[in-house]
Amino acid sequence: MSLTTDLPQSTPPNGKPGPGKAGAKPGPGRAGSGDGAGDAVPSPRRRSRQRRERLFQWLFLVPAVVYMALFFGYPVVKNVVMSFQDYTTATFFTGEAPWVGLANYVTVLSSSLFSTSLLNTALFTVGSILGQFVIGLALAIFFQRKFPLNGILRSLLLLPWLLPLIVSSAVWRWILDKDSGALNRFLGDFGIVDTGVPWLTSTSLALIAVVGVNIWIGIPFNLTILYGGLQEIPDELYEAGSLDGATGWKAFRHITWPMLRPVVSVVLVLGVVYTLKVLDIILGLTNGGPANSTQTIATQSYALSFQEFKFGEGAALGNILVIISLVFAVLYLRASRRAVDE
Amino acid sequence: MKSALRNSRPLAVAVTALVGLPILLSGCGTAASSSSTESVSEISVMDYYNNEPDKSFIGDALTACGTKAGVTIKRETVPGKSLISKVLQQSSSKTLPDVLMLDNPDLQQIAATGALAPLADFNISTADFAPGVLSAGTYKDKVYGLAPTVNTIALFYNKDILAKSGVTPPSTWDELKAAATKLTSGDQYGLAFNANPTYEGTWQFLPVMWSNGGNEKNIDTEETAQALQLWTDLVKDGSVSSSALNWTQADVKDQFLAGKATMMVNGPWQIPSLDKQASLQYGVVKIPVREAGQTAVAPLGGEVWTVPQTGNKARQAKAAEVVACLNSDENQLAMAKVRNTIPSKTTLAAKFADENPKLATFTELVKTARARTGQLGEEWPAQATKIYTAIQTALTGKASPSDALKQAQGQ
Repeated sequence: MSLTTDLPQSTPPNGKPGPGKAGAKPGPGRAGSGDGAGDAVPSPRRRSRQRRERLFQWLFLVPAVVYMALFFGYPVVKNVVMSFQDYTTATFFTGEAPWVGLANYVTVLSSSLFSTSLLNTALFTVGSILGQFVIGLALAIFFQRKFPLNGILRSLLLLPWLLPLIVSSAVWRWILDKDSGALNRFLGDFGIVDTGVPWLTSTSLALIAVVGVNIWIGIPFNLTILYGGLQEIPDELYEAGSLDGATGWKAFRHITWPMLRPVVSVVLVLGVVYTLKVLDIILGLTNGGPANSTQTIATQSYALSFQEFKFGEGAALGNILVIISLVFAVLYLRASRRAVDE
Repeated sequence: MKSALRNSRPLAVAVTALVGLPILLSGCGTAASSSSTESVSEISVMDYYNNEPDKSFIGDALTACGTKAGVTIKRETVPGKSLISKVLQQSSSKTLPDVLMLDNPDLQQIAATGALAPLADFNISTADFAPGVLSAGTYKDKVYGLAPTVNTIALFYNKDILAKSGVTPPSTWDELKAAATKLTSGDQYGLAFNANPTYEGTWQFLPVMWSNGGNEKNIDTEETAQALQLWTDLVKDGSVSSSALNWTQADVKDQFLAGKATMMVNGPWQIPSLDKQASLQYGVVKIPVREAGQTAVAPLGGEVWTVPQTGNKARQAKAAEVVACLNSDENQLAMAKVRNTIPSKTTLAAKFADENPKLATFTELVKTARARTGQLGEEWPAQATKIYTAIQTALTGKASPSDALKQAQGQ
């Protein structure tokens, strides 16, 4: 957030974004105030007006800054501070939280569970993003065609997005049940499997099942954004391309994909950030089990804080997740800036 | 420039608002504390009985006790899962209710923070309570909470199917294994229990662990390994579905109701749902022990009522009256009967079991039931996590029971 971009009247005539020079040119709303614009030597009156303008610029910013500080800054700072403290249930009543330095980080990182959760987080994220994106893109391209019920079908596909996650996970938990689950019944009726597949209770299948459910939940997001991106591509490009023989796959490869790239990078990076922190779906489906095979950093952090009441360790693990997300957030900012430039 | 004055006014308003807001906000928090000599006409109560019929049963008992103490009850019920976070919030903002209900394994955790008042301060009698109930309510030799009624888990069995297969309810592990194998056919399993990666999974395992002499302080022992071997064998030979790894106690009950499990490990709170299905004939026995002669030790469940340190002596005194009233003999018997729980005073057990034969097994078990936090206190959550981790590791075949326990204990 910068002063020069938020308020047009503060852009200096020479275009250099210098806060010291802000306000040199009167804004359009204040053109009638009588002062001669472009004076080389600032008069005292002029200086006081400049000061006042700067004050107003700040006043416009204050609500946003206060909001950010209160609802984003404070929790983040608090979480960082907490991760260096021995923060227990007693802290809530007494307010005492002894400083323990890096001890929480050492405990969390040296735990045998950390490598498992880190690997699971990576597999979960990569698997989910890959599935969501590929299916989302395929559906987005499919819905580009004009056919009856297109609109209704497309809005039905948004359903997973609209359902509360705890409801989706409860329903999927039932669908994926080994003995009486709908999926196994279906597969059994078609003779694909003989015995119930332990989707959620086998250490080798549980993560795949959880990723599958998360893909189902993520498709609407990918579909919507990518569909929007596809709508932006001018039809003329395809018409011109088809004259040169670029149809079907070639049209996708040489027209759709390059034109969609900026949207794709935004979708992917946002998807990664959203997927890294997924908690409720996993808790609802498997609670991190069986035998920690679906335990991710997010679920482990939750368990540490809210089941074992080790708030310091939970915060430390949470911060590690924040740092991982931050890397992708920076990537997102760069990607979206490029998207604007293009 | 005449606009100068006019323009400075929004600034003044903004500054006043910014400075004033925190003062206003902090002002709200201080309103609660007041002198101790005032007459108290209303006290606040918080509990997690947010579902019927328990909500009304508890609400009626609270209202009656309030009337007796000359106060009206302002009650708030919150979902069970959010109770602890709510309590922690309230203890940091010093807005704890006058009477607070806690799940018994959480009591020591909260008592350790200093947020609760010892009940001895109000001369509440703790005589005749079952030892397990008292140890659940005690932190560092002081009793902070009392439970009017408690519960535990036992083995439910489907009378019709057992009779048809010629199986008698098992009382030892060998009998249990034999019965479970015999009762397993098609998509009907012999037994259902819950071994999920939550404290519920730990809770269901405790009867076999404790009855065999296992100890929660150190789970890397022969006794606990034998108990975990039993759980593993039952899943491995197919008498228990491997879905147990992800079932809740409610799922276990559903399996039993649907006839997909012939026996189940569960508690008396399932009785109302079981009774709704008129065709189902069920019986309840203690969870089997390894060898005949061992005593069945069951884990103690139930909620305790406490008096938080609100800093207002007059209100605390009234709150204590209500807690004492909830724990009176009449209330214990009445609440136990309607809620399918067990009175926590051992002196009431014989009478209660006579009047409520279907709860007799549970009543018997409560006399010797053990509190989860009895030995470990605030350390229980960490150890309970280790126990369910070991169960999951063994049941998924990632390690043998003894190795799984050793790994978990070492973590």
